[in-house]
Amino acid sequence: MTELLVASIFHQNIALTSFLGICTFLAVSERLETAFGLGLAIIVVQSITVPVNNLIFNSILLEGAWSWAGLPDVDLSYLKLITFIGVIAAMVQILELFLDRFVPRLYRALGIFLPLITVNCAVLGGSLFMVERQYDFAEAVVFGFGSGAGWALAIVAFAAIRERLRYSDIPQGLQGLGSAFLVTGLMSIGFTALGRIGL
Amino acid sequence: MTKKLTYLTGPLIDQNPITLQILGICSALAVTTSLATALVMSAALTAVLCLSSATISLIRHHIPNVIRLIVQIVIIASMVVVIDEILKAYAFGISRQLSVFVGLIVTNCLVMGRAEAFAMRNPVGPSVLDALGNGLGYSLILVLIGTIRELFGTGAILGVTVFVPVSEEGWFEPLGLMQLAPSAFFIIGALIWAIRSRWSQQVETPKLSLVKIGAKR
Repeated sequence: MTELLVASIFHQNIALTSFLGICTFLAVSERLETAFGLGLAIIVVQSITVPVNNLIFNSILLEGAWSWAGLPDVDLSYLKLITFIGVIAAMVQILELFLDRFVPRLYRALGIFLPLITVNCAVLGGSLFMVERQYDFAEAVVFGFGSGAGWALAIVAFAAIRERLRYSDIPQGLQGLGSAFLVTGLMSIGFTALGRIGL
Repeated sequence: MTKKLTYLTGPLIDQNPITLQILGICSALAVTTSLATALVMSAALTAVLCLSSATISLIRHHIPNVIRLIVQIVIIASMVVVIDEILKAYAFGISRQLSVFVGLIVTNCLVMGRAEAFAMRNPVGPSVLDALGNGLGYSLILVLIGTIRELFGTGAILGVTVFVPVSEEGWFEPLGLMQLAPSAFFIIGALIWAIRSRWSQQVETPKLSLVKIGAKR
């Protein structure tokens, strides 16, 4: 379990080694504060949706899941994409209502980012990886939290680097997007190297 | 006619979805370890993009504005499921290599972005052309990165040996880094640098500019 947690945060980081959520990663990392807010939101959404999707997949969609009802041949796993995106959209909506009612300060801080999470491929990707690697419920909980935390760590570090980079003298063609990619590449090497650490 | 043609050719370099619009980058990087996967992914994305743009554009007057995002996602997701099942049926090996990334076309911002920005406001013909153009622009970058990574990572293109590696008594030492994640970032960064040096109108204006100390302003 600890291995899975460390792997999903560091050397199998969902943003830097699986390239998930890179669009948001590049677009919303201009300022440290917003990056922090978005990272927090991703941790929360990811920790909820991966286990929930795990339960739904294993109890409804998986082949043979309906055998208790006398339908052993029913295989609904082709519906997983639509189901997962529905669950994610619903969860984000519920989270939004909940935060608005009980933690209005955090709700205002997250602002526009909450609805955007629905189309962040890190969240859908997390659920799809969970299916592909056949995690059980406990592993899904750990993986959900770990991958969310890894994504948050990556974007916060990246935003901090970019804030500093703003003052450096960069060749014209590399300004903005170009340099962002090179920095992400270097960070990716750094995170991959952490895989050598055994626990 | 020329205007229609610009829908198709514009996104190839001038408005390239990956290097300029920052759309659909996630999958662009993950599937480019070999040219074969890059080609299949490009074909899958272009197909989904064209089909969903056509459908959304066809029913654009009947979609209520409030729930348009949900409608778009459901349409795109259905197209992706169809493409995913087709791939599993006819190209199982490649679909295993692509793993979750075909499914992730659902949340590919390129598909959503074109649906929202173009197909919702234009008739079917231009929408399909725009989708095709963007799909081709995306494919262009993918194929380029895929070729570089496979060629220098393994010495082969589409599995056919071009540079004979040292292990087979040749001269080429495969660059292991090319098959790892960081190289994708570096190549795309360098590609953007190259494109923006050639077409300098794409250069982003810096938000802060340096002032030399002591220089007269």
